[in-house]
Amino acid sequence: MIAVSPAADSILERLPVILRDGFAGLFPQPLRWLAGSLLAIVAILAVFGLLFAFLTLAERKVLGRVQNRPGPNRTGPAGLFQPFADGIKMLTKEDIVPFVADRVLHFLAPVVLVAFSLLAFAVIPYGRRLVAVDLDSAVLFFFAAGAGNELAVFMAGWSSHNKYSLLAAMRALAQLISYELPLLLSVVPVVMLAGTLSATGIVAAQGGWTAGLVPHWFVLTPCGLAGFAIFIIAALAESNRSPFDLPEAESELIAGHLTEYSGFKYALFFMAEYFGMTALCGMGVTLFLGGWQAPCAFLQFIPSWVWFAVKLLALLLGCIWVRATFPRLRIDQLTRLAWKFLVPLALLNLLAAALWHLTAGWSGALQPVRWALALALVAGPFVLLGRRLSAGLAPRTYRYASS
Amino acid sequence: MLGSGLIKGLAVTAKNLAGSFHDPARFVTTEYPEVKTRLPENYRNFPFLVSENADDPMGTLRCVACQICEKECPPQCIYIEKSKDKKPDAAGKMQLYPAVFDIDISVCMSCQICVEVCPFDAIKMDQVFEIATPDRFQPLLLDRHQLAKPNGYFHEIHPTEAAEVDARLAAERKAAEEKARAAAAAKAAAPSAPATGTAAAPKPAPAPTPGPAAPGGGSAGTPKPPPAT
Repeated sequence: MIAVSPAADSILERLPVILRDGFAGLFPQPLRWLAGSLLAIVAILAVFGLLFAFLTLAERKVLGRVQNRPGPNRTGPAGLFQPFADGIKMLTKEDIVPFVADRVLHFLAPVVLVAFSLLAFAVIPYGRRLVAVDLDSAVLFFFAAGAGNELAVFMAGWSSHNKYSLLAAMRALAQLISYELPLLLSVVPVVMLAGTLSATGIVAAQGGWTAGLVPHWFVLTPCGLAGFAIFIIAALAESNRSPFDLPEAESELIAGHLTEYSGFKYALFFMAEYFGMTALCGMGVTLFLGGWQAPCAFLQFIPSWVWFAVKLLALLLGCIWVRATFPRLRIDQLTRLAWKFLVPLALLNLLAAALWHLTAGWSGALQPVRWALALALVAGPFVLLGRRLSAGLAPRTYRYASS
Repeated sequence: MLGSGLIKGLAVTAKNLAGSFHDPARFVTTEYPEVKTRLPENYRNFPFLVSENADDPMGTLRCVACQICEKECPPQCIYIEKSKDKKPDAAGKMQLYPAVFDIDISVCMSCQICVEVCPFDAIKMDQVFEIATPDRFQPLLLDRHQLAKPNGYFHEIHPTEAAEVDARLAAERKAAEEKARAAAAAKAAAPSAPATGTAAAPKPAPAPTPGPAAPGGGSAGTPKPPPAT
């Protein structure tokens, strides 16, 4: 569809497709599509499974470093085998099902959770030619599949027949449904600007560079920047990541909906959390950070899937950094942040997106006017709402009992 | 503005993350089996027997098998058998020595009473803590060969206390020598001046009487005389 420069079409760029076609070529013609799809599934499972494993290690390492200790470093060179040791430990642990639990739901919950988390990986374009299913409404599919997680979390809480599990599951539902709204609203400007719901179309719309240096990513527009910020906050909440990890607030709810889970089922929940985070970060890269597009024209010789991986890893490290920094929110602060701050901002951001879309033809002297208007539409509500929200809360003063 | 505190917090963690790579002094932990932190001087857990000479630990034990510690030990974890013969002790006097000295450290409660009652500074508290064994019985019953550790080791783990003990022992030794000299002089000069000899030695600490009834009625538990100053 778009002209590809020869530098951007090296053998490395085409390597995954060549491998897939080579593998599919081993089968007779009627089965080739099936072989190709199965290979894509296996590749996603293998790559993201390994990414999950090493992400847990990276998280522990980074958290350790932030707290001025070395992190796990005993298993294998520099602790690199730690994830496998953890996996073996999880596999060999006893799987306990409470006597009064709903056995079927209790078993299904982790399975459903992982399945829904994995579905989301199908529609993300990992490279110029690397997308498992190129749906026309990929963004819609992505968020619909992500919404299934809420069902699984409540299944886990309900079936455990444990008050902590149930309370945590109800909290999780409140949180996930609250944050679904800003998450979706933050994506709308991108869809408006790109004019398509297809993930590959959105990435293609971010192609090209100004003067060969400044990419046309949506994050570099005022409404895209605001959308990206809201998206990341909502994504952290959606994937139950700190500082929004209330459903598993161990100081209040033991382990939340995971209380009655042990062994490999617990590992599956853990895996689903990381899959969800990875998928949301992948979608964030696709929507706002130009997907697999290189940041500069002369960097196109690096394969597109490497660029996607670099951006994805950067976002994931950002999530770990956030976890290392912020304490957990209270449930009322959590919902207030969503309903009183993020949702209004995301709605107003639609205005900025509309302005940006309608003024696409402005040029010359009108260009700074366009930027000023859009920035005012984004920054103004942020400052006003922020002042309103934190009125009387900060700076905090302390009064001591004596002296 | 809203969010500035968040940025400040992120800067702090980023500084720590970067700092931990180039500044090892930031680390709050040590990698235990390879690197050991220096224990505080006052840390103590189980008793050991002080010997004067590392080359001949059994021959130079300060212990004279007086059995005060055995009798005072609240959980009764010390077992001593006296020797039949005598050997010269640190001060050069003929003393008994322990033929058997066992401490069951699975029973020991680390109360340090044995150390406080010992009139000879022969038993002191150790700092070894890596004593895990797969067997509850034999490896935790320490005999005198395992318990004996040289005075140099005592100086290493409790330098202040060891210096004080050494000074006191040296003073006692000196006092004993002077007394012996005075006694010899008195014997040589016949009954001329017996009073000067006793005045020179303030208190004849380990009196010529050998065995358990050691230093001039210094009852169990009382602090030792202060180091000669």
